[in-house]
Amino acid sequence: MAGWTKQPAATIAQTDPGVFALGGDWTVYGLDRVEHELGVMLSRGHPGGAIVDGSMVVALDSAGGRVVQKLLQKLRQGGAEPQLRGWKPVFARLIELGATATVHPASPKAHRSALESIGRGVMEGGAQLYAGASFTGEVMLALLRGLSHPASLRLRPILYNIQNAGTAALPIVGLLAFMLGIVVAYQGADQLQRYGANIFIVDLVGLSMAREFAPLITAIIVAGRSGSAYAAQIGAMKTSEEIDAMRTLGIAPIEMLVLPKFIALIVALPLLTVFADVLGVAGGMLMASTRLGVSFADFIDRLGGAVSVSSYLVGVGKAPVFAAIIALTGCFQGFRAEGGADSVGRQTTRSVVQSIFLVIVADALFSVLFSVLHL
Amino acid sequence: MENGNVIRLRGVGTSFGAHVVHRDLDLEVRRGEILALVGGSGSGKSTLLREIILLQRPDRGSVEVLGQDVWALDEAQARDVRRRCGVMFQRGGLFGSLTVRENIGLPLREHTRLSDALIDEIAEFKLALTGLEADAADKYPSELSGGMLKRAALARALALDPELLFLDEPTAGLDPASAEGVDQLVLQMRDMFGLTVVVITHDLDLLWDIADRVAVLGDKRVLAVDSMETLVNSAIPQVHEYFEGARGVAARGRRNVSSRGANLNGNGGAVRAGGVEEAWKPR
Repeated sequence: MAGWTKQPAATIAQTDPGVFALGGDWTVYGLDRVEHELGVMLSRGHPGGAIVDGSMVVALDSAGGRVVQKLLQKLRQGGAEPQLRGWKPVFARLIELGATATVHPASPKAHRSALESIGRGVMEGGAQLYAGASFTGEVMLALLRGLSHPASLRLRPILYNIQNAGTAALPIVGLLAFMLGIVVAYQGADQLQRYGANIFIVDLVGLSMAREFAPLITAIIVAGRSGSAYAAQIGAMKTSEEIDAMRTLGIAPIEMLVLPKFIALIVALPLLTVFADVLGVAGGMLMASTRLGVSFADFIDRLGGAVSVSSYLVGVGKAPVFAAIIALTGCFQGFRAEGGADSVGRQTTRSVVQSIFLVIVADALFSVLFSVLHL
Repeated sequence: MENGNVIRLRGVGTSFGAHVVHRDLDLEVRRGEILALVGGSGSGKSTLLREIILLQRPDRGSVEVLGQDVWALDEAQARDVRRRCGVMFQRGGLFGSLTVRENIGLPLREHTRLSDALIDEIAEFKLALTGLEADAADKYPSELSGGMLKRAALARALALDPELLFLDEPTAGLDPASAEGVDQLVLQMRDMFGLTVVVITHDLDLLWDIADRVAVLGDKRVLAVDSMETLVNSAIPQVHEYFEGARGVAARGRRNVSSRGANLNGNGGAVRAGGVEEAWKPR
């Protein structure tokens, strides 16, 4: 049996100046013992005839044969005429095998200078930006085609996606918005109490929730939940040639895979945002009544005046834009997957990071825009 | 054990839910032979293979590999048996995140204490043995063609110089020349290293050219194990049916005209004639 437990070891000794006596297990499990010794012995140089004796070798595998062959080659390079002695016929064949295959040394990895790395990075970034813009354009064209022939839109996948990204996300979106409302009210309570302006908690919670927090938290949850799923699904389909199959069947992948998701998310995200508005305000209301003594009736009474319709619409109006960003980024990154499982994972991560990043950038741009417009 | 059976299945029974795959199945594989497993789709070839290579536990019966009941082993013993078996999966099973060189070096890195330089050297040597160009070493599996993928997978299966080699459809999806190359490669490896090879295949050329014995699966058990010459004249109806289809006759006819092995690989016959009279590595 292979003696894993008894630690097989190869041995090499120089009995005479010109004789290398090999012994033990010249296999992948024993070779590590002689790697160093072999290097030292060979670096000394051996002029004249060298004999490689294998009479004490117990086991030899193809790796061992290769190493012995390398030893012979090294000796030859040093000007010696190496000879094999005492090898069993099977072992001799393996050593011979070690010479039959010629292997070119691995091409050394090209070393990049810092400047080159920066340049490549910029080029890659630019190429991705370009590809992203092209993809967005393609989806928009497909959307226009779809809207001009509404019958061509695939209703069933759209509804399925609305259910998946919208209805199924209600619990998590509701819970997080509710807790966010509590947090906002709690943070504001102390400050307002100091000035005796308890009732303004309604303005604080109502406006911050409707204008900022509800759309943002909803978009972030959906990016993590659905955007990643889009990237993973399309990425896996890409690597298993399903996308190619779709093309050859005369089905445009964008119409089949992207458009339903895009439309579904544009419908679902504003609705989810409204739901988050309600739950967020409810959370704030609960905190206001326990910490500031603002009753539910007073709170609701003031809410109508505090949050104008335009403020409410500003919040909900951002949602379709966020939805477009999430759907496009998720699908785009999915289509960029190539190779295997590894790449799908990478693209999925990228889709989540990029869509959350872009959502926040878009939100900041909205803030600038609305402040200019005095909304 | 030197000349005995390296694999012995006794009364193996497997079922998935109500679907019975094997019932009371017996099979023996002799040391140093190339045994082919054939059978129609759904006859349980792959399941049987998975049960031998410790991937799936049969419901009943015993599976002995290299003299040990593999389903009664503890972790360390099972690892030892696994290390002595090389497996080449149907779609290669190469890791997509590693280059071919790293794929082949992985078992060496995991199970031996060799230096990185020597591991790379051995990996490239195995690549060259399987007939791959050296520049394939730095490629990722997704960049390889089907034939190259099979060769790289074979190189990885051979990384630790296993005693047992399992091949799942090694020639499926290859062009005839590549299939021939893989056939001869397997034969060469067997003759060189004294490997025992178990191969699942539908490729009749492979059956005729390199299989010593062929086990026909059907009816939830092994219907017959014998050489191709005997099997094609078998009296068992299912076996007869399997081989006497038009394709079977065609492959046999082709073989009589010319053995594609001898044509493509001049030393194919010579290597085989040499044979392995003695185990190359005493144990």
